[in-house]
Amino acid sequence: MALTSGLAENSPLSSFQLITLRIARYNPEHDSAKTFMEFQIQYEKWTTVLEAILEVKKYFDHSVAVRYSCRQATCGSCGMIINGKPRLACFTKISELNSNIITVEPMNNFPIIRDLAVKFERLFDTHHKIKPYLIHDDNEITKDTKEFLQSPEELEQYIQFSNCIKCGLCNSACPTMATDSSFVGPQALAQAYRYVADSRDKGKDNRLKIIDDSHGIWRCHFAGSCSQVCPKGVDPAMGIQLLRGYMLGFRS
Amino acid sequence: MRESIIMKIHYGTALAAVALVAVHILMRLTQGFAESLQYDSVITNYKFLPYAGMLEIILILLSIHGFNGLRVILLELKQGRAYEKAVSYGCIVAIIALIVYGSRTIIMVNTGMM
Repeated sequence: MALTSGLAENSPLSSFQLITLRIARYNPEHDSAKTFMEFQIQYEKWTTVLEAILEVKKYFDHSVAVRYSCRQATCGSCGMIINGKPRLACFTKISELNSNIITVEPMNNFPIIRDLAVKFERLFDTHHKIKPYLIHDDNEITKDTKEFLQSPEELEQYIQFSNCIKCGLCNSACPTMATDSSFVGPQALAQAYRYVADSRDKGKDNRLKIIDDSHGIWRCHFAGSCSQVCPKGVDPAMGIQLLRGYMLGFRS
Repeated sequence: MRESIIMKIHYGTALAAVALVAVHILMRLTQGFAESLQYDSVITNYKFLPYAGMLEIILILLSIHGFNGLRVILLELKQGRAYEKAVSYGCIVAIIALIVYGSRTIIMVNTGMM
C-alpha cells in the first residue's frame, strides 16, 4: 500500500477540516490486485468527493484516473463506490458521509480501465439493444397531426424513467449483474419500460421480445438495490416489475 | 420456448403445488401422523386413485418447478452457449427421470406388484 500525506499549501480553502481519502489504484495492464493510496485532504462542508479527488490530482498525484465532466449530476460520468455504496462523486458531499475516512473505488460489475475509470461498453450496448427511442409508424409529422398529443396521466406513466442519466450506478449495485455476465441489467430494463409505457410508442412487442430471453427480465431477483442508489430518483426495480406485468398479461 | 412462457409455467406450478400440498396435508390430518406412515395405510392411499392421482400431479408440479428453479440458478452461475444448452436439456431429463421414478411406486401398487 502506498501512503502519501500532506496538505496543499496553496489551497484556497480557509476554514477547513481534514479527512483521509483512500483511492483505489489498479492498472489491469500491470497490477495483479487493487491497492489503496491515502491522502490527507482539506474540505469544507460543501466539498464534494469529486472535488477532493481533483484536489489529489492537482496537488499530490496527477496520475489518478477518474472520469468526470459536468460536476452537477447531469452527465453521469463520475459514478464510483464511495464508502461501499455506488454514488456520483460530484453529487456526494464529504460532510454528509459522516466519516473521517473516505474510500473511493471503481464501480462493481464494470471492467476497470484504470483506477476509478471503468468501461461503459456493456451498459451502452444493452441500452442500445432495447431500442431507446420512440417507434412510430407515421414518424413524419404531417399537416394534420402536427404533434403527438399526450395527456398528463399518460406522461405520468413513464416520466420518472426518462430522468436516467446512464451513470451505471444501478448496474453496479445489482447482485444479478455480479454473477450473470449476460444479464441485460436494471438500467436497460428501466429504459425498456420507459418506452413501452409511452403512449406515443408502438414498439412494445418488439422490446418485450428483446428482453424475454434467458438473461433478460426474468433474472431480476427484485433485490431493489438499483432503486436505492439511483441519484436521479428513478426506480428501476418498479419499472422491471411493471414490465413483468406486461409480459404476464396484467397490463396491456 | 420463450422465457416468459417458462416463467408462467414456473409460477403456475408453484401456485398449484401450494394448493394441492395443502389438500395433501389436510388429508394427512384426518389420521394420526404415525398411523398415516404405516405400510398398510400408505398402500391403501396409493390404491385410492383420486388421491394417488393428486400425489402424481404434486410430483409433476414440484419436479417442473424445482428443476426450473435449479436451471435458473445454474444459468446465473455461469454463461456460455454449450453450458446453457447442457443445463436446460439436463434439467428436462432430470424432470422426466424424477417423475418416472416417483410414479413407479403408485404404478407398482396398482398393478399388484406390491
